Amino acid sequence: MLGLVRSIGGNFLGFLESAGEIVFLFTDTMRCLTRYRWRFKHIIAQIHRVGVSSIVVIVTTGSFTGAVFATQMQYQFGPLGMNSAVGPVVAVSMFRELGPVLAALMVAGRVGSSLAAELATMKITEQLDALRALAVYPTEYLIAPRVIALLISMPVLVSLTIGCGIMAGYYVAVPVLEVDGTYYWANTLKFTSLSDVLTGLIKGIIFGFIIALISCHKGLSTSAGAEGVGRATTEAVVNSSMVVLISNFFISFLLNLILPAD
Amino acid sequence: MTKPPILRLRGVHKTLRGQHILRGVDLDIEDGENMVIIGRSGGGKSVLLRHIMGLLKPDKGEVWFRDRNLVDMDEESITPLRREMGMLFQNGALFDSMTVGENVAFSLVEQGKMKPADIKTEVARALKIVDLPNQEQKMPAELSGGMRKRIALARAAITRPALMMYDEPTAGLDPIMADSITKLIARLGKELDMTNIVVTHDMISAYEMADRIAMLHEGKIYTIAPPAEIEHSDDPVIKRFVKGMSQASDAVF
Repeated sequence: MLGLVRSIGGNFLGFLESAGEIVFLFTDTMRCLTRYRWRFKHIIAQIHRVGVSSIVVIVTTGSFTGAVFATQMQYQFGPLGMNSAVGPVVAVSMFRELGPVLAALMVAGRVGSSLAAELATMKITEQLDALRALAVYPTEYLIAPRVIALLISMPVLVSLTIGCGIMAGYYVAVPVLEVDGTYYWANTLKFTSLSDVLTGLIKGIIFGFIIALISCHKGLSTSAGAEGVGRATTEAVVNSSMVVLISNFFISFLLNLILPAD
Repeated sequence: MTKPPILRLRGVHKTLRGQHILRGVDLDIEDGENMVIIGRSGGGKSVLLRHIMGLLKPDKGEVWFRDRNLVDMDEESITPLRREMGMLFQNGALFDSMTVGENVAFSLVEQGKMKPADIKTEVARALKIVDLPNQEQKMPAELSGGMRKRIALARAAITRPALMMYDEPTAGLDPIMADSITKLIARLGKELDMTNIVVTHDMISAYEMADRIAMLHEGKIYTIAPPAEIEHSDDPVIKRFVKGMSQASDAVF
């Protein structure tokens, strides 16, 4: 029993310590972004790595989610004679929830793991210390460009997920499930508001921040050895995904208050 | 009037992972001297170098570089001070996503004071000094251990720092390569007028490079003496180390 309490207490303290370190990394990154000149070459390279190389994963995820969502909605709405509601339901869901969350989960898996593995490897091979020894501040050189790259890439990737989801929903609902195409588009446009679009994009930016900071923190705080790199990589993906999913609830709540549906 | 020491360590203590590694290190390093620090593996020599570079902070004590106490400075304030220092890491610690040329040019590019063409010339010159000319386009993964160390040496020394630190520069190298690195360090020290601190257990290198040898034993500087004195010392601790004599109690299974 005592062991269980100790273990829970230890994990809780570990969580608080990590949370504190992430907050410190966040403030340090923000300070670097305001104090130092931005390394545009590095930012572009990271955008390529984060954004461009994630396109296939994002297109696949968005398209098939939109397609399956349209299919399920048509099965539910069809018998009620509400086929024309499929379009707006797919669109609003994609904008408000599925687009940002799915894009974030995919990016956490693909990019978060790679960020954590890269930084963790740099740490255990003393490259981080070498960087410091060569009079370069690691947060400014390594973390700031990666955070900026994710902040820029995430809204674009979220938009792509949403776009692909809506298009795939249309191409499944209209030609395959015989929903009326004219009503589909008309209702989609009618019931999708600017607040839905903004909700998706704002969530994308916040999730980008979450993934970048958690993954970079995991990479930087790795313990020695190959096992440490593996653990950092796994924890980066798991923790980023969990924080994305949990924070999504609170962000949704908040954004619904700030940007209510029209 | 004698010049003040370039580096002063006073009562440096450090505990890492529950082990009290440094137990009050006091050490003065004069400007322009070649100081070799010897001691047993795991005895805290590399940890000591990291304190001098400001990569680690002591739990207690002072680390003075010229007139600045690194202990009182935060990471960001120490960063510009490190331009006056260079460090060769044990495994080179080359940036593996960059070519050899980019690695060597790193500090010059970061300082932003030279034109790209001049940096290119300076990199070629540095590579020639370490006997690896025309290797700019290679990636670190394509290099042998000795070559990596030479490239790392060129990278650390290209800005001509006042204080150069070497962490086990000859570890893992064959005797001929070790001798060549030793000679290179001695030559660079003279040519670039640098103060050298070399951590090693390679006594052949130590005798060749050192003006003074400091022995770190049980977390403290046990002795500081010229190489000849260390070599012929009758002190049992020093004698055992320099002659490589183990005791039954040293064998850990």
